[in-house]
Amino acid sequence: MLNLISLVLLFPLIGTAINGLIGKKLRKETVGYIACGAIGMSFFVAILVFFGLLQLPPESRVFEKQLFNWIESGSFKAAAGLQVDPLSSLMILIITGVGFLIHIYSIGYMHHDKGYHRYFCYLNLFTFSMLLLVLGNNFLLMFIGWEAVGLCSYLLIGFWFEKKSASDAAKKAFIVNRVGDFGFALGIMLIFITFDTIDFTGVFHAASQGNIAVGSFTVTIITLLLFMGATGKSAQIPLYTWLPDAMEGPTPVSALIHAATMVTAGVYMIARCNVLFMLSPFTMTVVACIGAATALFAASIGLVQNDIKRVLAYSTVSQLGYMFLACGVGAFTAGVFHLMTHAFFKALLFLGSGSVIHALSGEQDMRKMGGLKKHIPITYRTFLVGTVAIAGIPPFAGFFSKDEILLEAFVRGNFIYWAVGALAALFTAFYMFRLLIMTFHGKSRVDHHAMEHLHESPKNMTVPLKILAVLALLGGFLGIPGASAINGFLSPVFGEHGHVETHGAEACGSHAACLPYLMMVISTGIAIAGIYLAYLMYIKSPELPKKLAERFSLIYKLLLNKYYIDEIYDALFVNPIKKISLLLWKRVDAQLIDGTVNGVAGFVRGFGSVLRLSQTGYVRNYAFYIVAGCIFIIVFVVFGK
Amino acid sequence: MTFNILSILPILVLAGFGMLVLVVDVMSARKLGEKNLLAYLSLAGIVIAAIVSRNSTATTLFSFNETFTIDNYALFFNILFLLSTGLVILISHSYIKREDINHGEYYALLMFSTIGMMLMASGADLLNIFIGLEVMSISIYILTGFKRSKLISNEASLKYFLLGAFATGFLLYGISLVYGTTGTIDLRQIASFVAGKGGVKDPLLLMGMGLIIVGLGFKVASVPFHAWVPDVYEGAPTAVTAFMSVGPKAAAFAAFMRIFLTAFGSSHYEWQKAIWILAVLTMTVGNVVAISQTNIKRMLAYSSIAHAGYLLVALVAANNMGVSGTLFYLLAYIFMNIGAFAIVIVLSQKGDVGMNIDDYAGLGFKHPMLAIAMTLFMFSMAGIPPMAGFVGKFYIFSAAIKSGYVGLAIIGVINSVISVYYYLRITVIMYMKEPVRDFHPLTISPLIVVAIAIAVVGTLHLGIFPSKVMEIAQRSILTLR
Amino acid sequence: MINYLPILILFIVAVGFAVTNVALSAVLGRQKPGVEKLSPYECGIEPIGSARERFSVKFYLIAMLFVIFDIEVIFLYPWAVAFKSLKVFGFVEMVIFIGILFICYFYIWKRGGLEWD
Repeated sequence: MLNLISLVLLFPLIGTAINGLIGKKLRKETVGYIACGAIGMSFFVAILVFFGLLQLPPESRVFEKQLFNWIESGSFKAAAGLQVDPLSSLMILIITGVGFLIHIYSIGYMHHDKGYHRYFCYLNLFTFSMLLLVLGNNFLLMFIGWEAVGLCSYLLIGFWFEKKSASDAAKKAFIVNRVGDFGFALGIMLIFITFDTIDFTGVFHAASQGNIAVGSFTVTIITLLLFMGATGKSAQIPLYTWLPDAMEGPTPVSALIHAATMVTAGVYMIARCNVLFMLSPFTMTVVACIGAATALFAASIGLVQNDIKRVLAYSTVSQLGYMFLACGVGAFTAGVFHLMTHAFFKALLFLGSGSVIHALSGEQDMRKMGGLKKHIPITYRTFLVGTVAIAGIPPFAGFFSKDEILLEAFVRGNFIYWAVGALAALFTAFYMFRLLIMTFHGKSRVDHHAMEHLHESPKNMTVPLKILAVLALLGGFLGIPGASAINGFLSPVFGEHGHVETHGAEACGSHAACLPYLMMVISTGIAIAGIYLAYLMYIKSPELPKKLAERFSLIYKLLLNKYYIDEIYDALFVNPIKKISLLLWKRVDAQLIDGTVNGVAGFVRGFGSVLRLSQTGYVRNYAFYIVAGCIFIIVFVVFGK
Repeated sequence: MTFNILSILPILVLAGFGMLVLVVDVMSARKLGEKNLLAYLSLAGIVIAAIVSRNSTATTLFSFNETFTIDNYALFFNILFLLSTGLVILISHSYIKREDINHGEYYALLMFSTIGMMLMASGADLLNIFIGLEVMSISIYILTGFKRSKLISNEASLKYFLLGAFATGFLLYGISLVYGTTGTIDLRQIASFVAGKGGVKDPLLLMGMGLIIVGLGFKVASVPFHAWVPDVYEGAPTAVTAFMSVGPKAAAFAAFMRIFLTAFGSSHYEWQKAIWILAVLTMTVGNVVAISQTNIKRMLAYSSIAHAGYLLVALVAANNMGVSGTLFYLLAYIFMNIGAFAIVIVLSQKGDVGMNIDDYAGLGFKHPMLAIAMTLFMFSMAGIPPMAGFVGKFYIFSAAIKSGYVGLAIIGVINSVISVYYYLRITVIMYMKEPVRDFHPLTISPLIVVAIAIAVVGTLHLGIFPSKVMEIAQRSILTLR
Repeated sequence: MINYLPILILFIVAVGFAVTNVALSAVLGRQKPGVEKLSPYECGIEPIGSARERFSVKFYLIAMLFVIFDIEVIFLYPWAVAFKSLKVFGFVEMVIFIGILFICYFYIWKRGGLEWD
């Protein structure tokens, strides 16, 4: 069954090809069926592969399938192969599973769009690229997938390219990602230089054999460069600014790419390279610090945003920060676990917000919502599940994963990690319930024009919501403390260091063994406190936020304007670069380089025109060239020594 | 007396089908009307010949008093020639109907020409190679002038014939000098003669070698023996141009490599410098002049000169990777070049109107599929991954570097960069310019669609999965020395 | 090279014979040219116009076909000489060869190469 793995990749590719080539001529239904069918079949195969993997004994659950050698020249070998192990099989399940639901949802959501086939073509291409990213068995293939998802993200953010903000956002995402990708590419080159191979197996084997000293300079640089790539793709400080803007894309895209799958590629990459990262304590500290800082920082911005999708975007950045925090303290399992639960509930939240936006004919400002509870009941109920899940109330999915991260941060890291994480959790609970209340509760602030069209979304949108709600509700039990299925499943990938062994059946006798339960109580308390605050400020005394905003106007403004980071970046990087590039363009490029290039081109063309003159059309001239050439060659061959 | 009918079975099949086509054509001159049958008959001949050449032998086989050989190298080229002829028949079918040159002789001549190519690839002595070359060339002289009522076609044919005969003289003189100095025309005996002398020292033999370079250099269209190419390519019927630019070139390279690697392989240093210069000249002139062309057929003519230059680079390198890279490159070139010509044929109108590059403006919106295919071929010829052309160039240039010709490789890469300009110009015009003319409703025959599809698949397949074909190519060249 | 001496001698004798005869008749013969005598002889009929005219291309076609078939037939001679040593193989070869020749003839005939109009 594992041999089927290439089919997982093949189906989305076929879907892309069909919709891309002849989608324009097909009926809309057909386009949708093809796209969804492709991902659906891919999902089915992914399940088969998963069970195929389960049948193997845990320690030998690695399967590599060599597809083909692309180019082989000397010691350089570019081969394409797929690798299935617990980590990648989990990832393909998430990608195809959640992706399948989002595809179905898109049929309804994008129904009226004229770029319907283009949309599904891109979406299938994205799924293909993402699968390639997680299934590749070497860094080159991973990098190709990495770039391809970046391209698809660019295309889909700018899907409505007639809107300037959309095309700007697309460009921003692309350019910011380039910065990270640059680091990633350098990292891969350094890996090739160091290990003389870019195969995962080869590199990790060499690294785990002790050839590389712990904390050595090379491995630190390699991992820092890789992490740089991760910060770009996964929107971490300092490269997170593109993600909130990326919300210009269609909402299902935000759900699939900018919440559930692509942005988690960085986490996947670090988890995949855990062997390397474990060799560099310094990098691990950096990862943890950046993760924690991002979690808190983004959550604080989320507190005051008014655009429903932006709140979710900042929340995504923040949750990704948690995952990096987990990886940074060495708790890769916890990070991947949170990646999974986050995929469930954040996809749910985005799709739910999409349903709200759909119902309100495109309105995204929460100040113009409110009281939608009774109008779109299914959306409300599923959204509530998602909100509770992200807030971290047991037994919803987010609780388990977030709690585990906080616990690991405390046990392996230090109190500060934990405190920062806990504070961010408080913020999360607050802003999510703020969002829920502003959108669904209270009095309606919807303008009457939108009110007339207010309607619950069609079935093909609500069914995915329901399924995701169930997943967000139950997904956490996979990692229930003490009997964590996911820990056991992933342990071949992460080895001994994957997760803390404090869980378990030990009696709550010692202090250390009690800790997990204590932590659970504390984090539940934090979540409830956040929810209560939201309740207090937005239902009980709605005038309170305004007062607070006036009282702490400086902080409020700071938060509302996202710490002015965009402006700072503009001032620090974008504008100087623009100025320099303007200068370079006017002076160096237009005059020097273009001059040279045009000069060369002109010379070549002129040379060409002169040579053209030799083309007289007379046979006698041509014969003369032959004779001349012949004499030359004979002289050269005979006397040329 | 060694004689093995199996060794020439593909040739016999082709000859038989060629004559069959002729007879069927004259027997039913009026009744056939559309003459579709002839095209299918010829395709059947090609397919059968391909099947029998695949099955003909597993090991090297000498025949006809060791003047004829079937080894993996010859087999590879046989398949390559048959593929190119088959594709050309597919793209010709609607074209010759449109241009009112729908005669049965067309297909027969294509097949006879292919027989010549096979002889060239299989010849184990100089004379057989020469006969093959003549069989191939004479058919093509006629095909070039196939548009009898068009002056330009006649002119091209006559020019090609005169210059071809002229160049043949050099080749034959070279062969006779080689025979005179070594006493044999058998390639392996020449090789042992040369090896016995510790390399070629005799000036007469050197001169013979130089003359052979001239004769074959004319056929592969290397500068300065290239002057006929643009005129002939432009004048010939487009489908014939497509044929000329791949098959004969491949055949000439097959002969080139067999002669110079088998017979003169041990005196590599005597001839490589001359070819070095030819390669540089050919690449540079081809690319540079291609830039200033406005007619797409002429542009493709110069581009084919440039490609011959890249292939000569591999010949200079003369190591295993270079030679197998040549085989690979020729295969890739068949797909991308015939594909490009197929698009040119589809887009032109009766009387070969619409051959200007500017006529392609706006094609990307009017006929997106054709434009995509054309873009693909142009990218491939420019050497952009993941197309076949990139992989071919990669092998050839890395072979040059491996043999120590770093300078040559650099010149090659620079040339490749220059070529990007005029290849991409077509793409730019197709997608970024407003159409200057209405695209008349295209009548696209299913056969040409098949040809384009094969070309697209081939170009992509060789670009993405090159290693299998490369393995075969590497196995094919083992018998060369 | 000595083997070729008779051929050389034959060549010299042949050329010498022709040259000698032409030279002798020019030297010994009396020449009294007149208008009638210098005009081309056309079977006793009065010459009409110049003989240097353009011929119909059909003559060339017929001539070429003649030459081609003539040359092909020449192959029969060496085959006939070596017939005994070539045995059945040679016979089959020649049958095939003649067969191809026949197909060509058939083709030319049907194509109208032998028709005058």
